[in-house]
Amino acid sequence: MNPEILRFSPGAYLAPAVDWLNANFHPFFAALTKLIETVLGGIEAALLYPPAYAVMIAAVLLAGFLINFHAAAVTAIALAFCFLAGLWTASMQTLALVTVAVMISVLVAFPLGILASRYERFEAAVRPVLDIMQTVPPWVYLIPAVMLFSLGRVPAIIATIVYGIPPMLRLTTLAFNQVPKDLLELGQATGASPRSILLKIEIPSATPTLLVGLNQCILLSLAMVVLAGLVGAGGLGAEVTRGLTRMEMGLGLRAGLAIVAIAILLDRLSKGALQGRRIGRSAKAA
Amino acid sequence: MNTVKEANDVLLDCQNVWKIFGARSSAAVKAVSDRGLSKKQVLQDFDCVVGVSDASLQVRRGEIFCIMGLSGSGKSTLVRLLNRLIEPSLGKIVVKGREIATLNAAELRDMRARNIGMVFQSVALLPYRTVLENAAFGLEVRGVPKDERNETARAALAKVGLSDWISRYPSELSGGMQQRVGLARALAADPEIILMDEPFSALDPLIRRQLQDEFRQLTKSLGKSAVFITHDLEEAIRIGDRIAIMKDGMIVQVGTAEEIVTKPADDYVAEFVAGISRIHLVKAHSVMRPVADFKTSQPHCDVGALLKASPEADIGELIDITMRSDRDAVAVVENGSIVGVVTTRGLLRGVAGMPAGAPSAA
Repeated sequence: MNPEILRFSPGAYLAPAVDWLNANFHPFFAALTKLIETVLGGIEAALLYPPAYAVMIAAVLLAGFLINFHAAAVTAIALAFCFLAGLWTASMQTLALVTVAVMISVLVAFPLGILASRYERFEAAVRPVLDIMQTVPPWVYLIPAVMLFSLGRVPAIIATIVYGIPPMLRLTTLAFNQVPKDLLELGQATGASPRSILLKIEIPSATPTLLVGLNQCILLSLAMVVLAGLVGAGGLGAEVTRGLTRMEMGLGLRAGLAIVAIAILLDRLSKGALQGRRIGRSAKAA
Repeated sequence: MNTVKEANDVLLDCQNVWKIFGARSSAAVKAVSDRGLSKKQVLQDFDCVVGVSDASLQVRRGEIFCIMGLSGSGKSTLVRLLNRLIEPSLGKIVVKGREIATLNAAELRDMRARNIGMVFQSVALLPYRTVLENAAFGLEVRGVPKDERNETARAALAKVGLSDWISRYPSELSGGMQQRVGLARALAADPEIILMDEPFSALDPLIRRQLQDEFRQLTKSLGKSAVFITHDLEEAIRIGDRIAIMKDGMIVQVGTAEEIVTKPADDYVAEFVAGISRIHLVKAHSVMRPVADFKTSQPHCDVGALLKASPEADIGELIDITMRSDRDAVAVVENGSIVGVVTTRGLLRGVAGMPAGAPSAA
């Protein structure tokens, strides 16, 4: 018997499927591309149109007023580094890319995560999919993404979203499973509607874990956005790629450190923005 | 006539309610209703646990009804059946004349929001809300405007003595104060019935007694009915107008504290009440001797000259009266005539918990 016939090649089935999608749903993918490009372009323009110092001052002031002094200091240092390293434009491009990718990841992962915490069967079905999404090397799904959306920022964002969904989804499920049962019982016993229970009991109780999920989503998305430099997404990823291909140690290092700065900035700001109000309130009460 | 009025006064009526847990509970329920299987048989034949077995009780308007049982006796299940947090397997629960099993989701929510409040052992305060916001929670989910609900919540917090704490967070409060917030939250919604699921069990004894007294006073002054779950018979006696004793999912006895202490239905209840002080429970009418009987044993004693007490005076009061007089007996007076005499022997018998009607050793 010929062992050749047992050889398994999923690509043999997937590649035609992608081709078929590309051939028959091209208008859909084109429209999606256009939508994402528009949002992304808008954010990028907002960050790059004003002079760098104006953006920096505005960001620092916003962080200071909305969160606290600490967040403002982190913002100042991170943005100053990006500017002084001569990577301002690339940094803002990356920032825009990650922001859009994270927003979409959260929009997809949050409701699915709640569903998974409500229905065990759904969770069981989703778990292996998440495992695949997280462990398949990201380069692999850059290929179909490029085939469907062609080169540029959109396939990069799609690949980033695929990478960012699993941590957010898993931690959303965990967060909702951890909501104390007595608080849910309280909601039912007081005659709260399912919507009130969700908004007034479950989400506030789940917030700390949800923040961890958001943090993971941001950091993994950022790591992925850098890889997406390979498919022409621009930004800091492109600088890293250039540094690698030209063996320019200095450029690679500067771009790498700028990525770290952006990561720290996004992490502190997202945490602060979602938690800030409560920290402020309990500090007042204490 | 009298029975009709009484029936109207029953706020919460629980008739032959069963709750069976387990994978094959529906088959078990059918077996119970068709063949009258016992709890043990259900466990053997269907591998199902009977949480509550054939429980019937009535809670009247303005009454505090205690359900006492040890852990695993089904008391927490029973109280959750009363507001349908748990669906009954069999039987009928009628709240204010409406059978709650027939209500749809919205009607049930409305009934829980307006008619049945609940206070939990774990308090279940929302940690990210202030005391005021917690107390107003029930009104908030009912859609009451902010100013109005805060006003009501403030009044409820004042009733439990927490006016100075309204802008604090639950974590800044002691356990006793947290439970007061839980009570205020239930009171703010102004329900007719409050279900109390072991609310004071986790508190230290001193705070507990204080809260027990406050709770009773508050409930009575507001004219609320309450179903109070506890594992502590003394607590049940302090608080309850009537007490139901639960064992293995069944209600073994229902009665006033005095009835339960003086006439326990079975050995299990008797064992429970053995350690209970009877001084404030046993009343003159159950320890007094008939006047004629007293006269034959002590012919030269002038009954009319004895100090007097009412038939409702408890042993503690009778002891006080006896100590004030130079005689060893107190006359029990009802409607101006002497209906019996309580002797020191009678008092001792009452304290020791010997049956009142039985002939004394003499």
